[in-house]
Parts: sequence; structure tokens; C-alpha cells
Amino acid sequence: MLAASAVYTTRCSLNKSPAWTETLKECSKLLALHHSRCGESRLHAVYKKYSKVENGGVLLWFHQPMKSENESKVSEKAREMARYDRAITVFSPDGHLFQVEYALEAVRKGNAAVGVRGTDTVVLAVEKKSTPKLQDSRSARKIVSLDNHVALACAGLKADARVLINKARIECQSHRLTLEDPVTVEYITRYIAGLQQKYTQSGGVRPFGLSTLIVGFDPYSRIPSLYQTDPSGTFSAWKANATGRNSNSIREFLEKNFKETSSQETVKLAIRALLEVVESGGKNIEVAVMTREESGLRQLEEAEIDTIVAEIEAEKAAAEAAKKGPQKDT
Amino acid sequence: MGVVGKGFAIVAADTSAVHSIMLHKNNEDKIMLLDSHKLVAASGEPGDRYFEFGGLIRVEYVQKNVSLYKFRNGIPLTTAAAANFTRGELATALRKLSFASVRPSVKTPMAFSVDFLVSVMFMIFSTLIIDQNPYSVNILMAGYDNESGASLYYIDYIATLHKVDKGAFGYGSYFSLSTMDTHYRSDMSVGEAIELVDKCILEIRSRLVVAPPNFVIKIVDKDGARDYAWRQSVQDVTTAAV
Repeated sequence: MLAASAVYTTRCSLNKSPAWTETLKECSKLLALHHSRCGESRLHAVYKKYSKVENGGVLLWFHQPMKSENESKVSEKAREMARYDRAITVFSPDGHLFQVEYALEAVRKGNAAVGVRGTDTVVLAVEKKSTPKLQDSRSARKIVSLDNHVALACAGLKADARVLINKARIECQSHRLTLEDPVTVEYITRYIAGLQQKYTQSGGVRPFGLSTLIVGFDPYSRIPSLYQTDPSGTFSAWKANATGRNSNSIREFLEKNFKETSSQETVKLAIRALLEVVESGGKNIEVAVMTREESGLRQLEEAEIDTIVAEIEAEKAAAEAAKKGPQKDT
Repeated sequence: MGVVGKGFAIVAADTSAVHSIMLHKNNEDKIMLLDSHKLVAASGEPGDRYFEFGGLIRVEYVQKNVSLYKFRNGIPLTTAAAANFTRGELATALRKLSFASVRPSVKTPMAFSVDFLVSVMFMIFSTLIIDQNPYSVNILMAGYDNESGASLYYIDYIATLHKVDKGAFGYGSYFSLSTMDTHYRSDMSVGEAIELVDKCILEIRSRLVVAPPNFVIKIVDKDGARDYAWRQSVQDVTTAAV
């Protein structure tokens, strides 16, 4: 059965027709699913081996069409997608907007970003790919402030981010001018999400390829908030969330380990979550903190981040030792 | 009026909100904080009280654009840049009709409707009013930059821009400019500058027939822009704050 579906899957990816029997579809789908996931699983060595050119790069090549086939059912979908994924303004027969979904893919390829909301602090932490030696790292800031009390981090296309952030900043000031009040976090999130949605409903444009994490404190009540928007234009409030690469694993970690925290604990939680998928070290992480009392976003220095990472490592080591200790006794 | 001293600039303005022949309030603060290190004193010539409102709105618009610059670029605007921006706005408005169009930088629908309303009112009660320009606002902008120290800019209602050491607007300027000419020296200390401003206020109070009773003095230096003092000869009977 397994062998048959393997052949079936291969024939499909090679677009050979007839692709054998349709009944094998289910099994082949599972096969394909596991295949695409194996990159993230423990069979790294096997994956790597078959990705190498000597072995024909077979796995990689096989990997590519598999990804798209996971979302659709083999050959019919391949034909459909050719028709329905060109324009954003066209639904597919089963109700997908493919461009939006591809935009989400773009987000999944972006840097990991984590946001955590504490009782009096909000933290954003972003993975920083190693900066080239000659680049001025200050010009490539990933966490930006939109106003004194609102900050944003995003995952996805950086160029799109620049445009969106610019519009959001203008809106913040506009709001202050016409309503004599700073924006609430929810207002500016709704604005950004609305902007992203507009680009999913026009002709000739493509959606913004980024998801944002917006944190801040509401102007008078000083209630902390964390919101997330995505390319489809939806937004929601979160206690802690992640976007970008491996966001699922980070989110799982947060779900397991989240508890209401304040100030330094919140920062630690955010960094711990990010360290699940990022190499540890101050130069791979960018962290920014906003507290209820001080206004403005504070970017943590590399040295500060390093100390916190060291603390986290120490805690982890202590926890490991504690686990091993009682076992030794028995 | 404004004066530049050693590492600081002082701006003083009267605090009467006047509507035709009636004084609405005499603790109206006409000096706005443009950002942490800039002050803008805006005033209208007597006879254009309707436009005073329009003037203040324009100053807020400048204020928001200054903030926007700071967020976009990570550093605040210099005083010179802010002054030039303001002057540019006034210059553009000079040759537009009163239904001003929306600018691409910051949306101002409220100012838009006020201008229209004002010009309508204007056409109805046009006996006392002198000019038609919706931006009949004169501005003194004082600021402190780390590189260039304290500076004062004089911006006219017809978009004249000058960097000055001392300046004044209004009928009171006829008196205070001469006083300043006599007593001003460059690099005065705060105390000396305040003495000079007080002398001017005294001149205005004794010689101007419609002298405003109260004044506010603000200072900007390396520590930022802040209130310095009020000079009040008439207190409001009600204790409503500004």
C-alpha cells in the first residue's frame, strides 16, 4: 500500500498522467505531508543526505511540488491553481484566495518575531539574522515605534513593512491632530489590518507580505495590549504570540509556559520563547521593551540581552540538574 | 516677543483671548510646545480674531508633522528645519483659496472645515476685518539644537522668514522693539533677558491703549522647553484653568 502510494505520489509530482488510481490519493497525501515535514523533524540526516546534489537532489525537488500539493489534492488542484492564483481578486472554487495564502507563506519565511504582554510591560523580540560586517546594524531595525506608546514588529517582506509602518505613523499623528488624543493600540491595529485588507480586494495589486505584532499601552487607561495582523487583514488580541519562521513551535512553547508576568519576567519569557528557535546570543536577537510608567520604546543593548540569556541558560541547567538529581537517588 | 540669550531663548506672549470687543479669557496660552526643545508663539493681528483660531490649528498641524518626522527618521527636526517647514506651509496657503486642499503629510479635515466656515462668516461680518488670508498668523519659533544652540525665527503671516536675536509681533511690537534695541546685548544671562522682557511688558502696559493685562513667559534651553513665569495684573474671577 505504502509502496503503491509512493509511486503514485512520484507520478503526480512528475506530472505524469494517468497518475494511477484516485483511491491512493489519501495515502499519498499523508506521505507527502510527512515528506515536507521531515525537514523539521529528527530525521535531519536522512533529509540532508537526499537533498545533496550527489543523490540527485531528489528530495528537494520532490519537496517543492509536495508543499503546494499539501494544500490541494494533487493534479486537479495543480490545474486549478494555475487559473485561480494569478489574481488576488479571484476566489478559487473551494473558497481560497491563493494570493493571500501565498502571502502567508512569505510570512512563514520571514524572521521569527515574538510578542508577550505582561501586567505592566510589553515585550517584542525578533530574530536577527547575522548582520554582514560592513553593514550598519542600526539602519536595519526590526522593531519600530509608531508613536510614543505603540510599537510594531513584523515578519515577512521588509519593503512592504516600510510602507505599512510609514502609513501607520502618519495615521497616528493624524489621529492626534484631529481628535487631540493619541491612538489606542486597537485603533491603529484596526487601521493597519484595514490597510492590509484593502490590498486583498483591489485589482492589480498584491497583498502586503507581512504579519505584524503590535504592542502598546492605551493612552489614558494604560492597559497593555498585544495585537497581531496578517496579510488577509484579520487582527486579534493576544496574551503572547509569534509570527515568522517556526512560529508554531514558539507558540506551542508559549502556550505551555505562559503565565501572567511583570517587567523583567516578561522580558525573560519572550527571550526564552525566541531561544527555542534561534541560536542563543545577544547578537542574534533584538529585544524592545515598553513599560507602563516610562513612555517610549526601549531597545535593549546587546550586553543586556546577553546577561538575560545567561540567566535563562543557568535556569535551564539548574532545572536539568534538578531533574537528574532525584533520578540518581532512585 | 522673543529674545535669544546665552544658550537659551525666551518667548513671551500676551494671554488674552479676544473676540471683537470682548475678552473671552485672559489666561489663554498662545505658546505651544512644538516638541521637547521647540516653542512656537502664534498670534494674529488685531482685527482678525476669527483667524486666530485658524492660526492655532495650523500650528498644531506643524506640531504633528514635526512629531511624524521624529518617528520616521529617529531624530528630531532642527529648529531651522521646523521654521522653514512652517514658512513653507504659510507660503503655500497664501496663494490658495480658503477651501485649502488636504496635504499629503497629515490629514486635516477639521482645519479644512474651519477655514470654510471662517471665510463664510467673514463675508457676512466683513466690516472690521482687514485681510482675507486664512493664515493671518504671525509666529515666533524658538528652539534649542545641540549643534547650533538656541535660535529664534520670525515668521510673518505672508511667510517671511528671518532668523533673529530678538523679535516682536503685534501693536506692542512698536514699543518693545525699540526697548529691545536699546537694552539688548548678545549672550545675556537668563536674569538679564527676563529683565529685558519685563521692561518691554512695562512699556506695553503703560503705552498701549488696549494693553493686554497678562503675559506668559516660556524658556527653551538644553533641558527643553518649559514655562518660565506668568506676569499677571488681572486674575480671572473664575478659577477655570487654561
